[in-house]
Amino acid sequence: MTTLTSTIMRSTLHHRARPELTIVVLVMLLALPWAATASDHAFYTTFATRILIFALAATSLNLVLGFGGMVAFGHAGFLGIGAYTVGILMDKGFSSAWLSWPAATLISGAIACLIGLVSLRTKGVYFIMITLSFAQMLYFISISLTQFGGDDGMSLPGRSIIQFGPDLASDDRFFYVVLGLCVAVIFFLHRLINGRFGRVLQSIRENETRMSSIGYPVFRYKLVAFTISGALAGLAGALIANQNGFISPSLMLWTQSGSLMIMIILGGVGYLYGGVLGSVVFLLLEEGLSNVTIHWQLPLGLILLCVVLFAPTGLVGLFRDPRRHD
Amino acid sequence: MNILLIEQTLNGFQFGLMLFLLAAGLTLVFGIMDMINLAHGSLYMVGAFLTAAVTQASGSYTLGVLSALVGTSIFGMLLEVSLLRRLYRRDHLSQVLATFALILICNEGVRMIWGASPIKLNAPEALSRPIELVPGLFYPAHRLLIIVVGIVVAIGLYILVAKTRVGMWVRAGASNREMATAMGVNIQWLFTFVFGFGAVLCALAGAMLSPLMAVQVGMGESILILAFVVVVIGGIGSIRGAFVGALLIGTVDTLSRTLIPTLLGQFLSPSTTSALGPALASIIIYVLMAAVLFWKPQGLFPARG
Repeated sequence: MTTLTSTIMRSTLHHRARPELTIVVLVMLLALPWAATASDHAFYTTFATRILIFALAATSLNLVLGFGGMVAFGHAGFLGIGAYTVGILMDKGFSSAWLSWPAATLISGAIACLIGLVSLRTKGVYFIMITLSFAQMLYFISISLTQFGGDDGMSLPGRSIIQFGPDLASDDRFFYVVLGLCVAVIFFLHRLINGRFGRVLQSIRENETRMSSIGYPVFRYKLVAFTISGALAGLAGALIANQNGFISPSLMLWTQSGSLMIMIILGGVGYLYGGVLGSVVFLLLEEGLSNVTIHWQLPLGLILLCVVLFAPTGLVGLFRDPRRHD
Repeated sequence: MNILLIEQTLNGFQFGLMLFLLAAGLTLVFGIMDMINLAHGSLYMVGAFLTAAVTQASGSYTLGVLSALVGTSIFGMLLEVSLLRRLYRRDHLSQVLATFALILICNEGVRMIWGASPIKLNAPEALSRPIELVPGLFYPAHRLLIIVVGIVVAIGLYILVAKTRVGMWVRAGASNREMATAMGVNIQWLFTFVFGFGAVLCALAGAMLSPLMAVQVGMGESILILAFVVVVIGGIGSIRGAFVGALLIGTVDTLSRTLIPTLLGQFLSPSTTSALGPALASIIIYVLMAAVLFWKPQGLFPARG
């Protein structure tokens, strides 16, 4: 029995949660708002919240892109749907997070399912382009919503309200809520990826023809992954709306989808923590370099180029588990 | 109304031809090297900035266009030799990351050299007067010139690709790269040539359009997506597909911006129309692409046999 477990643990399809590392990072994150306030740098808490939200968004994309092998180039569209759901509900007087956050998740998931039904019929580059085109449609629809700001975007009166829960008006408490959601989502994905569903999904990525000839309903598996991924991105969008207090259509621009993709490639495609690491590094670089020079895009570009040329499997690959043989 | 319609059709035709210049290079790089080059729009931006800078410095638009063509092709070939060549054998994701990085570098480089504010370039004196095409229809001479240049380049490209030896290599490369290499085509040289050629076409589009629009950082990104739409609709690697796709997208995009608000105005209130019209017009080309991909997943003119 022990040999069987260790064999499974060594499989390239298994993704360890690395509990030791995770707990250290979590403890540090839990102490962060306290340390930031104590050292009079409360800004760091807001910045860390932003990183966590994008980590959530990038991780959701990693489910389809990394584990499913589907290069979806329109994930910013789902962020936008989530954000606009929260914004529109708040505008209509429904500020409860218990209502609007699940609504954002479900609506994004439903739209992702519809988009997936059409786009998953195509493959490769055509899939990239068709997902991009749906995201562009969503972008232009958001611009046409003049009663909700249209081109100028919409401002929210405040953050969502969690009845019987913490008051989100405090940045620290919002940080803890985001952290909790992030941990929950990553735990869920960890279970999903290492379970039967995830194994099948990764096998489809490796060899779709073989999986369908064995008898797996390949299309259905891909569609479910795409839907879950879109739903989680919608949740991230709901958090972005709360974080900024403002929803701009530019949230859905193709360059935003590009940035999410860059984060994953930077962190590690198909690694559990690839999205997290990528979003941390990308946003830190962006923030750090823009403090040093107004021409921060130049060094950022050069660094990204170096990553492509010298770290082909992303940053996780640089210090990955040596027991993995991929 | 009829005059307006003809004018808009011509505008759409002109826009489509410029899109074709961008898409032709993109589809060849895509089809032959199997490379997703997001930085293609940056070459267009570099071309437009070179035109604007040299024209303002020398006072001659012709000189501006010529230096843009030469400068951008050298820039493009340098890029290919130094960097992009390393990416052909990598997966699409690495190419996306690398060329996205190139966009950042190009944008910032241009901003450092020419500044962040848009440059407004006036059409040269000789081209600024409108020409009366048919009685009652005045059309700007510069736009007419763009149409003529576009058609000439399209014909030239057709002859180059369909009738010459280099064109034969290019077609062979697009339909089966390994086989072309096995038959003795010098792929490395061909790739550099194709890339430089694509850069020239980009620069030409940037140079011709620069008097019509604000020359600014980021102008490449918005048009890049349209060029990709054209490439995918036409079929990756197919020049003929790029031509048909570009004219289709150009005219549909331009005409729907005029026609949809008019049509909507007959049923809806003016305020709804002004909100909904432009959005619907922008959406139509993406609906068109999704529809083409749904029924013809390889595009209208698939290059690979």
